[in-house]
Amino acid sequence: MVLKAFFPTCCASADSGLLVGRWVPEQSSAVVLAVVHFPFIPIQVKELLAQVQQASQVGVTVLGTWCHRRQEPEESLGHFLEGLGAIFSHKPWFQLCRERGSKSWSCKATHWQGPTSHAASGEDQVMLIFYDQRKVLLSQLHPPAVLPDRQAGDTTASAGGLAAVFDTVARSEALFQSDRFDEGPVRLSHWQSEGVEASILVELAKWAAGPVCLLLACLLSLVSAASACRVFKLWPLSFIWSKLSTCEQLRHRLEQLTLIFSTRKAKNPAQLMRKDLIGQLADALIPVADHVAKELQHLLQWLMGAPAGLKMNRALDQVLGRFFLYHIHLWISYIHLMSPFIERILWHVGLSACLGLTVALSILSDIIALLTFHIYCFYVYGARLYCLKIHGLSSLWRLFRGKKWNVLRQRVDSCSYDLDQLFIGTLLFTILVFLLPTTALYYLVFTLLRLLVVTVQGLIHLLVDLINSLPLYSLGLRLCRPYRLAAGVKFRVLEHETGRPLRLLMQINPLPYSRVVHTYRLPTCGCHPKHSWGSLCRKLFFGELIYPWRQRGDKQD
Amino acid sequence: MEDEQSFSDIYGGRLALQRRCYSPSCLEFCLSCPRITLRSLTAVTCTVWLAAYGLFTLCENSMILSAAIFITLLGLLGYLHFVKIDHETLLIIDSLGIQMTSSYASGKESTTFIEMGEVKDVVINEAIYMKVIYYLCILLKDPVEPHGISQVVPLFQSAKPRLDCLIEVYRSCQDILAHQRATSTSP
Repeated sequence: MVLKAFFPTCCASADSGLLVGRWVPEQSSAVVLAVVHFPFIPIQVKELLAQVQQASQVGVTVLGTWCHRRQEPEESLGHFLEGLGAIFSHKPWFQLCRERGSKSWSCKATHWQGPTSHAASGEDQVMLIFYDQRKVLLSQLHPPAVLPDRQAGDTTASAGGLAAVFDTVARSEALFQSDRFDEGPVRLSHWQSEGVEASILVELAKWAAGPVCLLLACLLSLVSAASACRVFKLWPLSFIWSKLSTCEQLRHRLEQLTLIFSTRKAKNPAQLMRKDLIGQLADALIPVADHVAKELQHLLQWLMGAPAGLKMNRALDQVLGRFFLYHIHLWISYIHLMSPFIERILWHVGLSACLGLTVALSILSDIIALLTFHIYCFYVYGARLYCLKIHGLSSLWRLFRGKKWNVLRQRVDSCSYDLDQLFIGTLLFTILVFLLPTTALYYLVFTLLRLLVVTVQGLIHLLVDLINSLPLYSLGLRLCRPYRLAAGVKFRVLEHETGRPLRLLMQINPLPYSRVVHTYRLPTCGCHPKHSWGSLCRKLFFGELIYPWRQRGDKQD
Repeated sequence: MEDEQSFSDIYGGRLALQRRCYSPSCLEFCLSCPRITLRSLTAVTCTVWLAAYGLFTLCENSMILSAAIFITLLGLLGYLHFVKIDHETLLIIDSLGIQMTSSYASGKESTTFIEMGEVKDVVINEAIYMKVIYYLCILLKDPVEPHGISQVVPLFQSAKPRLDCLIEVYRSCQDILAHQRATSTSP
């Protein structure tokens, strides 16, 4: 029967003493947590272990003896150590021994039958597994992904042997509080005795972090209180706030900052603050808007002619075309009026982009929405006209067949019309039918344009969501302290001599990046379109307005 | 105790199986895959550069040539670091578990460890892939059903050795597993 002994690497150079830890009978493995040095009084050791057991709910006991022979072999020490087996009875009793400075270890595990028989009965083979105590203490084991056809609760039944080791070390904090350098009745050696390198700057930063965080928290609470005040809830402002995605992003950012103060998003577009770039951007915006307007005018001229060979109703065509052209003219004049101020506005707006790339992207999305406002207006006009026409057509078609929509019963009923009702109804029906292609074409063109703009905005929103949900802290942890997130362990066989026990080194296998992102994904504030494709097509066909992006918390239209 | 034997994989390439026995309860198998040959490397590089030169004569833009050089270099580095496996190691430790390590040509190592409590058995399976090939795999226990299998983990996937090599590894694994089962049932 091969027994496993998990031995911390920090105790490999410790002086002789007692091994203290936990024995796991199911895996027949012993997890050594610390070494108690001489001189000690057995009663005090037992008291300390009882205290630790009560505090941490971990069955900590004396597992055996540890002998580090620095000088010539001391036979008296050997007998003394064997005698200790009688005081602290534990089955099996481990005796680990290391020669001075060499790599040869020896360990025995004996089962005591009782004080009368001194013959070593039933010696078992022991396998030594070294582990880094500090890393295992801080590490968090991530079990492999649960299979899709099993519920998550089933797999925890078999808590594997290694999970038990990690669990034992993590819960035994109470044992690691006192050290061999402390003045206590019992002197222990564990990972704290190794000492950890520290940096003055890091310590100072830790000290300074307290007051700085307090100050930032006060400022942030002031800002959030100001934004929550009643002035902003009045109708025009709240309507604008809800439509602009920048405000949503700013609100999200404020929440994040309140939660963890020193989070500055990684991409800091400081170059947007350079004046010449802002100037270039502002200079580029006006020609772009002009270009868009010119293209729209060409499109309307095309529609007013014979688009794609279709024959349009000339009068309606001219009316609609002129109406939309006038709008474009208004829009262009408005843009030209604003052009001297655009640069200044952009610079101030660009300042807020120092809160992160996501805010900059949201600002871009809003700029696109504002620049294409006329397309939105045209879409609404076209859709309303088309919607009216469709409703009129359907109702007159029912009249043509001699039926009527019963509002009370919500169904189509037959109805007897008078002759003049029928006559006028048929006339209107034919008029609407013949005007249908014109209106439908205008509606189609402007809907396509609107969908294009919505798609671009949607892509920007997706990108913002992606950046928002990226777990930067977990990724940073995986990069800098990979042992904190463990997918498992890996073993390496150390130098082995025949006749000596097998020695293994247990190292932590870090979690791959894809699993880190998948496990620690942050909840997004994204608003997904609420329609399915079928309902979207239905709405488009009947000319109902589509609002693809609804912010969370808005009422349904 | 070390032992080296030469086998071949399913495509006819040469494999070297190195077997190390640390103790009766601990065994390590190291299977080295055929190395990247100069011929294939030259062929790929020449193809990419000829294509880039053809594009250059069409477009007269010298950026294409520099881009081709970058692509070749980055492609080679990426291939060595992410795709080309140098050797695969199987370490079986009685009563602890089975560990598979794949070492890439750039030195990167990726390790998976399966605890002995989850291992049901190690078997040689047949697969039909243009012809019949054999592969060694570990069957994992199902936590819910005592006689069921929850997962099949194939071993030596990049080396793809033939049946004779697999039988060697299979026999040694079964020895250790039998020993482990015998000792685990005894109190």
